[in-house]
Amino acid sequence: MSALTKLTLKAAIDGLKSKAFSAVEITKAHIDAIEAARGLNAFVLETPDQALTMAKASDERLARGEGGDLEGAPLGIKDLFCTQGVRSTAASKILGNFIPTYESTVTSKLWGQGAVMLGKLNLDEFAMGSSNETSAFGPVINPWRRAGETTALTPGGSSGGSAAATAADLCLAATATDTGGSIRQPAAFTGTVGIKPTYGRCSRWGIVAFASSLDQAGPIAKTVEDAAIMLRAMSGHDAKDSTSLPVDVPDFASFVGRSVKGLRIGVPKEYRVDGMPPEIEKLWADGIAWLKDAGCDIVEVSLPHTKYALPAYYIVAPAEASSNLARYDGMRYGLRAGGPSLTDVYEQSRAQGFGEEVKRRILIGTYVLSAGYYDAYYLKAQKVRRRIADDFDQAWQTCDALLTPTAPSAAFGLGERSDDPIAMYLNDIFTVTTNLAGLPGLSLPAGLDAQGLPLGLQLIGRALDEGTLFSLAGALEKAAGFTAKADKWW
Amino acid sequence: MAIDAATVRKVAKLARLREPEERLASLAQELNGIMSWIEQLSEVDTDGVEPMTSVVAVKLPLREDVVTEGGDASRVLSNAPKAIDGFFVVPKVVE
Amino acid sequence: MVVEMTQTSKLIEGRTGSWEIVLGLEIHAQVASHAKLFSGAAVGFGAGPNEQVSLVDAAMPGMLPVINRHCVEQAVRAGLGLNAKINLWSRFDRKNYFYPDLPQGYQISQFKDPIVGEGEVEVERDDGTTFIVGVERLHLEQDAGKSIHDLDPNWTYVDLNRAGTALMEIVSKPDMRSSDEAASYVKKIRTILRYLGACDGDMEKGNLRADVNVSVRRPGAELGTRCEIKNVNSYRYIQQAIEYEARRQIEIIEDGGAIHQETRLFDPGKLETRSMRSKEEAHDYRYFPDPDLLPLELDPAWVKAIQDSLPELPDPKRKRFQSQYGLSHYDAGVLVADQARAAFFEIAAEGRDAKLVANWTVNNLLGRLAENGGDIETSPIPPQDIAGLVKLIEDGVISSKIAKEVFDHMWAGEGTPAQVVEKFGLVQITDTGAIEAAIDKIMAANPDKVEAAKDKPQAIGWFVGQVMRDTGGKANPAAVNEILKTKLGL
Repeated sequence: MSALTKLTLKAAIDGLKSKAFSAVEITKAHIDAIEAARGLNAFVLETPDQALTMAKASDERLARGEGGDLEGAPLGIKDLFCTQGVRSTAASKILGNFIPTYESTVTSKLWGQGAVMLGKLNLDEFAMGSSNETSAFGPVINPWRRAGETTALTPGGSSGGSAAATAADLCLAATATDTGGSIRQPAAFTGTVGIKPTYGRCSRWGIVAFASSLDQAGPIAKTVEDAAIMLRAMSGHDAKDSTSLPVDVPDFASFVGRSVKGLRIGVPKEYRVDGMPPEIEKLWADGIAWLKDAGCDIVEVSLPHTKYALPAYYIVAPAEASSNLARYDGMRYGLRAGGPSLTDVYEQSRAQGFGEEVKRRILIGTYVLSAGYYDAYYLKAQKVRRRIADDFDQAWQTCDALLTPTAPSAAFGLGERSDDPIAMYLNDIFTVTTNLAGLPGLSLPAGLDAQGLPLGLQLIGRALDEGTLFSLAGALEKAAGFTAKADKWW
Repeated sequence: MAIDAATVRKVAKLARLREPEERLASLAQELNGIMSWIEQLSEVDTDGVEPMTSVVAVKLPLREDVVTEGGDASRVLSNAPKAIDGFFVVPKVVE
Repeated sequence: MVVEMTQTSKLIEGRTGSWEIVLGLEIHAQVASHAKLFSGAAVGFGAGPNEQVSLVDAAMPGMLPVINRHCVEQAVRAGLGLNAKINLWSRFDRKNYFYPDLPQGYQISQFKDPIVGEGEVEVERDDGTTFIVGVERLHLEQDAGKSIHDLDPNWTYVDLNRAGTALMEIVSKPDMRSSDEAASYVKKIRTILRYLGACDGDMEKGNLRADVNVSVRRPGAELGTRCEIKNVNSYRYIQQAIEYEARRQIEIIEDGGAIHQETRLFDPGKLETRSMRSKEEAHDYRYFPDPDLLPLELDPAWVKAIQDSLPELPDPKRKRFQSQYGLSHYDAGVLVADQARAAFFEIAAEGRDAKLVANWTVNNLLGRLAENGGDIETSPIPPQDIAGLVKLIEDGVISSKIAKEVFDHMWAGEGTPAQVVEKFGLVQITDTGAIEAAIDKIMAANPDKVEAAKDKPQAIGWFVGQVMRDTGGKANPAAVNEILKTKLGL
């Protein structure tokens, strides 16, 4: 039944509706694929029994002619989403064997539409990382390899498990989250489509917080249309999240395939960074040409504060994280270590429970918020953030969307950049600006580099204008004709 | 504003992270590297710029004063490392 | 409005001269609400441990705060009641510190931009003079949970029922100069909050408690270094803590020492304050705006509507009682100190001699209630019966003396004033024949006194007393006087 795992989400939903196969059949096919792909380390927890129970229920609903938009579709869930009765770890030792008594808003919406949960997907610890190497469960291995090599490559991060599982056909699509590029960079590294919607589209309730003002959930999927279907199911106002936007959710899939004629596409000159591989330059040029062919007007725009986005991010995100992660203290849940004194338990639980990168960011965040430094760092960063947002507002005067590369390189080898935090942080150079400004950003695969690795293009849109991004992505997807899949070696 | 070992010790203490003494110097160096990279922000003219704490342009929503949760201690205690008689039990707080 | 200001600051005599105490208070008043400030868990007293705890209160991963409209409204009411500026734009900050009863690892409070700004309160001293205390600010914040240290020698038990309950912190300016003034100020704030319904003011349950900032200085000198005494929860403790702390500081300075700014605890058992050393380790709260919440923006029309709905507050009510009912400053003050007392009085005073009603309410009823540890809410006598009693006096049916007896029967629950008078035969004798007979008898038995009275008209009082005695106090005093005057030829 391996053919069933090759289906797109859209094809699978249609097949289930027309009863070409059952939810149990397609779920079993994915469970088998997951078992066979343990070498990728994409899942931190497989939930086959729950998956089959859910699939059976879906089949019953389908038999009655009922069912939601995702009825019977097996999905993977990033282990940053709390799932009721199912261990949720954020890929950190500090959560230990934490079993939530609640379900995140986004996942409960998915189950409400009939989706089936295959298990929990690996990620960088607390979503802090760009290579999945900070996971307490060890890194995910990218299903893609350089031509003729067996070097293990990163699937990117932090949603490395979501990207790898989707790329390797272990699930039809996956949930992910993006704080500085954690959906789009892994999507680019694995030849998948990922979208970080407008901040406030998806509820953050029940998602382990990293940096509250930047975190946003979104899907990783095989096609633009699949991503649109997923995003619609994941989105919607939630009264339990004060930052959730009280706006209607459009049928995003209906934007895919629409004409993009007359849309003005901005090409930000500041995104031409030194040392960008020529293949990425070329891919970007191809993207511009494809959109031009589709009838778009190409305009050069300037986002002058782009280079300050990453440094600003590395104040704001760690500052918020240092506070958000204070609750992991060994008192009410998760790891408790050391003792007998209270201070010892605090310090040992946190020292043993958090990994090096998380600790590094907690220290930075604590430092920049500490007495005497607040104005110089945090306040300054929030002002720079305003400048960055203003840059975009300025750009929207002359264009409707922006086209950029997603990441400055293709997937790199595990361990290649783990010694230099700043080199690692630079992975997010093209993606982090949208988090700071709260704008939607979509990455889609558009070509391969010389070593046969996928490369992604990023579309950035106005707030709440994901629809335009889906239309443009649909046009690019069609023009690029990207159909490559990783050769199965696992 | 170079970060030294003493600063790291103080910050680690604030963050309740036990860092062994021998790690402090290398951590200081690491943090200095990151902070000096961050320093480039000082190039940006931010005079008169309102700090941006949220990208959401809506008002803070207010909920009604209605009890909707609680009444189930076991639900909040189910993952507790130690709980007795409905209480979380934690190492002795010395006042 | 004429404010009576006196400069009777109480100086303390030390070995080397006099000292002035300077006091500022931070009052923490629990908002009277059904649910907590940021969660839907119940607020209450006496529930089993952790029975009033939501996932938000326990700081489970991914949980988010949503603010309670009612709590915001109460803060606005309180601000208006304190004649303070309502800030239409305010914001919530996180105050970061670790403590087992602070689940999030931070308290959500308002640091830079509180909901209420400067205001002022007029406070009465016990001697009837008044003084003004400036209010620096009022802000909303979360309460912490409760740590119980005496259930086990090695462990602390934590109950989060109180965690997340809404508090209003009212910060005064350092405008008080004696422990009495501090206590009067707290009483005044409590009265205002109770009038507004913003806080029940129950100090025994800790629903209203104060942190007291104490410093001493030579009269007229610069402010001294202050110490903060935390969490004092009764008027008496506030006074005792201040007295002890001021003495302690004076002794240190007179011995050539210096005061170190620190946090201290009052021990009611030993009547002393002591340093909280554990809280001394360099606190650095790393305040920053809570990214899970947006700025709180108030609609001016809403604030206006709240303003219009405020009840008559104690100060205007007192003035009205004085002008409308002709009450003394003292009686009016006692009656308006509590809204229920004032309401009781106004019901009883309807159509009656209001001063007489006030007299009976303040001196007899409230006096008797206080002896029994109660207040007007527990009165066994309804206001209609006080009115009834006063009417009987007004109509000359009973004398003031008999009225005391009638009151005793009313207190014992033996009926309305009319029923009591009927049942116990306490009707005043107005039959002049009976009174004349009694007078004749007394005059006949005391010819010497009759003679004496002719020269000393004031001796008539003796005859009145004798008549009242012989008639069991039932003779109408006016009639007795009248007849005596005639018979004695005065």
